[in-house]
Amino acid sequence: MKNVKTMPKVVTYVILIIAVLVSLFPFYFMFVSATNTNADILSAAPKLFFGSHAVENYKNLSDRLDLGRVLINSCILTFTYTVLSIFIHSMAGYALAKFEFKGKGIMFGIFMMTMMIPGQVMYVPLFTLMNKIGWANTYQAVILPGLAGAFGIFLMRQNMLSFPKSLIEAARIDGCGEFSIFFKIVMPTMKPALGALAIYMFMSMWNSFMWPLIILGTKSMYNFPVALSMLNGVAWRKDYGVIMLATVFAVLPILMIFLIFQKQFIAGVMGGAVKE
Amino acid sequence: MSQMTNDGGSMVKRRHIVTKKTAPYIFLFPMIVLFAVFMIYPIIHSLLLSFQDFSGGVYTFCGIQNYVTLLQDPIFWKSLKNTFIYLIVQVPVMVVLSLLFGVLVEQAFLKCRAGFRIGIFLPSVTALVAYAIVFKLLFNTDFGLVNHMLQAMGFSGVDWLNTVWGARMAIIIAITWRWTGYNTIIVIAGLKNIPTELYESAEIDGASFWQKFLYITVPMVKSILLFVSITSTIGTLQLFDESFILTGGGPNNATITIGHYLYDTGFTYYKFGYAAALSYALVVIIGILSIIQFKVTKGGEE
Repeated sequence: MKNVKTMPKVVTYVILIIAVLVSLFPFYFMFVSATNTNADILSAAPKLFFGSHAVENYKNLSDRLDLGRVLINSCILTFTYTVLSIFIHSMAGYALAKFEFKGKGIMFGIFMMTMMIPGQVMYVPLFTLMNKIGWANTYQAVILPGLAGAFGIFLMRQNMLSFPKSLIEAARIDGCGEFSIFFKIVMPTMKPALGALAIYMFMSMWNSFMWPLIILGTKSMYNFPVALSMLNGVAWRKDYGVIMLATVFAVLPILMIFLIFQKQFIAGVMGGAVKE
Repeated sequence: MSQMTNDGGSMVKRRHIVTKKTAPYIFLFPMIVLFAVFMIYPIIHSLLLSFQDFSGGVYTFCGIQNYVTLLQDPIFWKSLKNTFIYLIVQVPVMVVLSLLFGVLVEQAFLKCRAGFRIGIFLPSVTALVAYAIVFKLLFNTDFGLVNHMLQAMGFSGVDWLNTVWGARMAIIIAITWRWTGYNTIIVIAGLKNIPTELYESAEIDGASFWQKFLYITVPMVKSILLFVSITSTIGTLQLFDESFILTGGGPNNATITIGHYLYDTGFTYYKFGYAAALSYALVVIIGILSIIQFKVTKGGEE
């Protein structure tokens, strides 16, 4: 690789720089527009630098949207979902990876098969079910069906397979209960995999839209994606500066978390591609 | 002291219940309950609903009527056609771009590798709704930045969201922007598994960049590229947010996806039975495509 000629090097840099610019431009545009007025954005020469209307846009946004409420809803949904997933999916993945028991093969087969079935198949029966048991428009109606997905189990099982069985056996001989083995020995060593799972779950719940749109009926329950779509759907007094500021609020938290945990994010995506 | 004996006592008791034999069932228990109620039950119920007609708040059995209607429903065929257009145009473009970016980012001479990787990956963390709204503004016919740029370069603007192919292109460009970085990272995971000795010995033999790319890189990441194609295909078949937010399915249903049509039938018109039938049509399509891709995968491994 020492004698790579200059030309291919330049071409590589040019292509990658263009790719990064195209990736980042919509973000830049979103941030800039959030600080400009509607008239600036819709003018013949749209403003491409930061304006001074952020505060005014924020005031107008607060008039139309209970921003704090939406933020709390999104946080409760995402936090509960992620924490529950870490326990439920890693326990299930551990059982499937490290134990021999009756029905294991069938169970794993059924879990895997449902991964091929789109969530949209479940929405009508789930909607009916939630209404029947009085869970429509509640947090649990958004959280629980998502947890029934098998991806988390699959990811955890794949990672647990490589956990040394001798460690578990040694702990058993020392008189360790099955629960303490799992919580005190397995979980702590699986931290990187749990991190990847947590980030995946966090991202999917923070951004989830179709099911919350169906099951959340009142404004006070909306998460960010649903609130955004409602804000964008209003034709009357449509103010793009305000809408862009709202998208900034929806994107910024996850963007910050990504930049802090980018290594785990990328490891999580790579881990999802791990083959049998 | 009494504390200790208490603990010991409960330990012994507990161990009668939680043994090596019962432990897996106990660990699986919460998942099994969730799975039965929120996965198995709805899947079966949905199948049953697809043979029923829901009107006036009452379900009546109607045999395969929903499926017959489906086959004659022009909007269903339109949504199917649109989805396949997205598939055929977008998936290959994205797979090629992911491979290109993956290979370039992994070049040994590259400085700021992490920076490039983050930059390319960034779109895939944004909410679909948020990016669809931003793209809707960028692709606006009269004041969108894309048309401003086209005009600045001497082209005429395109009526993106109000013409059939303009709107489809907008959706395809948007999806490509959102997912290429994600797939690039998966491709990089595959590239990292290629032993460097392969490249080194090829270099000693005087292989060019293209020869190395065609005879080492591509064959070695073939299975990862298939994985990317399969997950992208399944994802595309379930598209909803882009159609719903970016184009509203329009103009005249030219961009509506199966998922979006399902939402409209089920939750705007409350035709539950018909929506269930639509969702099972989607299951059948995914099944067929998966079988085809599975066969192709097997062929690729030989």
